[in-house]
Amino acid sequence: MLELALKGGKKYYGWMTFLMIFVGIGFLLYLRQLDFGLGITGLSRDTSWGFYIANFTFLVGVAAGGVMVVLPYYLHDYKAFGKVTILGEFLAISSVLMCVTFILVDLGQPMRIFNVFLYPTPNSVLFWDTIVLNGYLILNIIIGWNVLEAERNGVHYQSWLKPLIYLSIPWAVSIHTVTAYLYCGLPGRGFWMTAILAPRFLSSAFAAGPALLILCCLIIRRVSNFDPGREQIQSLAKIVAYAICINVFFFLCEVFVAFYSQIPEHMDHFKYLFVGLHGHGAYVPWMWASFILMIVGIILTVVPITRKNEGVLAVACVVIFLGTWIDKGLGMIAGGFTPSPLHEVNEYIPSLPEIGIALGVWAMGFLVLTALFKIAVSVKEETHG
Amino acid sequence: MNSKALIVTGVVIFLLIVLFPFWYMRGKAAPLPEVELTPKAKAAQKCVRSTEYMRAEHMQLLDVWRDSVVRESKRIYVNPDGKEFNMSLSNTCLDCHSNKAEFCDRCHNFASVRPYCWSCHIENPKEKS
Amino acid sequence: MDSSRRRILQLLGISALAATTKPVLNAFAKEEQAAGAEAVIKAGAKSLKARQWAMVIDTHKFESEADVEPLIEACHKIHNVPKLQNKNHEIKWLWGTHFHNAFPGKAARFLAEEVEHRPFLVLCNHCENPPCVRACPTKATFKRESDGIVFMDFHRCIGCRFCMAACPFGARSFNYRDPRPFIAETNKQFPTRMKGVVEKCNFCAERLAVGQIPACVEVSKGALAFGDLYDPASKVRELIRAHFTIRRKQILGTEPSVYYIV
Repeated sequence: MLELALKGGKKYYGWMTFLMIFVGIGFLLYLRQLDFGLGITGLSRDTSWGFYIANFTFLVGVAAGGVMVVLPYYLHDYKAFGKVTILGEFLAISSVLMCVTFILVDLGQPMRIFNVFLYPTPNSVLFWDTIVLNGYLILNIIIGWNVLEAERNGVHYQSWLKPLIYLSIPWAVSIHTVTAYLYCGLPGRGFWMTAILAPRFLSSAFAAGPALLILCCLIIRRVSNFDPGREQIQSLAKIVAYAICINVFFFLCEVFVAFYSQIPEHMDHFKYLFVGLHGHGAYVPWMWASFILMIVGIILTVVPITRKNEGVLAVACVVIFLGTWIDKGLGMIAGGFTPSPLHEVNEYIPSLPEIGIALGVWAMGFLVLTALFKIAVSVKEETHG
Repeated sequence: MNSKALIVTGVVIFLLIVLFPFWYMRGKAAPLPEVELTPKAKAAQKCVRSTEYMRAEHMQLLDVWRDSVVRESKRIYVNPDGKEFNMSLSNTCLDCHSNKAEFCDRCHNFASVRPYCWSCHIENPKEKS
Repeated sequence: MDSSRRRILQLLGISALAATTKPVLNAFAKEEQAAGAEAVIKAGAKSLKARQWAMVIDTHKFESEADVEPLIEACHKIHNVPKLQNKNHEIKWLWGTHFHNAFPGKAARFLAEEVEHRPFLVLCNHCENPPCVRACPTKATFKRESDGIVFMDFHRCIGCRFCMAACPFGARSFNYRDPRPFIAETNKQFPTRMKGVVEKCNFCAERLAVGQIPACVEVSKGALAFGDLYDPASKVRELIRAHFTIRRKQILGTEPSVYYIV
């Protein structure tokens, strides 16, 4: 089936070449990072995790979001989603690949990565994160590939896949819960030490993942003969609507807890993000933009007239994807580290090489996503065309 | 006919590349490395362990030393002859073998081994900084 | 056709297995020899021992930056701690800071001027319940059973910086670049570190192993005391009994081993 990814028109190869350029630039910048050290980034002694880990966290959510097509179809027999489960699984594969790559580019000694497997440490959440992420990747590859191949050959998929599919559903929830547990169990970081962090991660994941999936479906309908279906897109949009409402609600709960209790240590992180602290306020416009974007996203997806208009829905999805990316990516990480445990503000701004490498990883992810979607769509065109 | 010519050409090129070490050196092997001992090393006559053992196992021994010093806070190594050594690469090994370029590097370069120990462990403890 | 290809692959597989078995078994046999059935590993005769090393800092003895500088110099010099210009990349094992930075949340109001400006020494607290050890995915950071020091194995560290996120005291530094160009005078007795690993105070484990107290304590002219927290007769226990002491962020339950007489 891989050969289907190699048969494409000018637009397909044009898009892939465009992505390859960014991958190439990112790779060259990474070689520089390997040579010089992580000092080429904007990271500091106070903010030791930044843009790479932020994107990693966001993408774990997008990967988990794929479960939102699998769950209704396999657990609740929502037949309509049968057409698009493969798209969710392939989105998960490319997202997890990006996650793993972001971790690798963030490591100070990447050649020692196997130490995590040679010296397993069950008390470390990072150890479990490695296991569940790689497990989810393998699960989706096995499930997606076999189900698609069965569809291509006009037979039902093998029965041993069923338990794996059922396993992938709670596993999807687990990858994002474990990633949240990286943050919410650290005693020195008050901004992250909240029970609602894992639920918030999941709610923003279930908004961002399906939003991206809707955008992909709309593009697929445009560039191929396969139509994912109006009903399918509308169901996804309703899932996004609920998820983004819950995400903003959770956020407002956090704000209430911090500001009604008036505990300085809890308030300080929110203050830094939304109004600035000690003269530093680089994140303020971003955080407010993110909040406004998410509110606009809520309105557009909740109100039926705007949701049913697929053009407006596309805008809503972009707006929600951006809003959740800023909120979970930039805001959560920078907010957690600033002010530092010694109550100092040392502002973190990602450097240009850092952004370049991150773009390279995103481009690689989209490269894999496009190739996988090309295969899936070609199979669908073959069998239904 | 066309394919046959291409295939034969390909196989010939492949053989040329794969057999490069043999025909380039015209059947002779590269000279084995000769290591030089410092006067201090010559006077000591025996290293921490026997020469054959050190030649084959010095990296494994260093790993054992590393884990003992770092993880168990034990720093004294008593070799089978009863002699005591402080388990330190820079302060014990390089105390006698202070000529890294004429000793360690000779074999390492020959075997194309590039240990990165020297990124941290001082490689010239005798020289003034 | 299929079966002959399958046959070839089977033959190749078995040959590969046969060819590699002996060398693999040999390699395993060698590993046992390395430890040396006859060699013995032990601690030095002069090494100082404790169940949990602890430190007591008498903050009254430090009135200005000039008082803490010799201690910081002593520590950073013998441990080859680099001096980097870029504040983002700085490495510090021991440093002085203001009261409300060392003890955020404990800031008393209407303090005397001189207390506002007094330097408070901060370093790794070698906690008894360290969150950094809990976080490390490779056990590169671990708590030594023998003496309670939270130690770093630089050979194993993958540079993930999870320990830095986990530390509630900001005690850890990361090597964002090669530190060697920034070490003014290398102490040849002690290694440097390389880029990409995390480092912090090690309670001078290499000095304790040869019967010496930590460098900062030695230079402190009595302002710092060092001893076994679980030895009722030790200097640290004596001071904790005699004076009121506080520890940083006690409420988090990490049980820091550095006590401050305030």
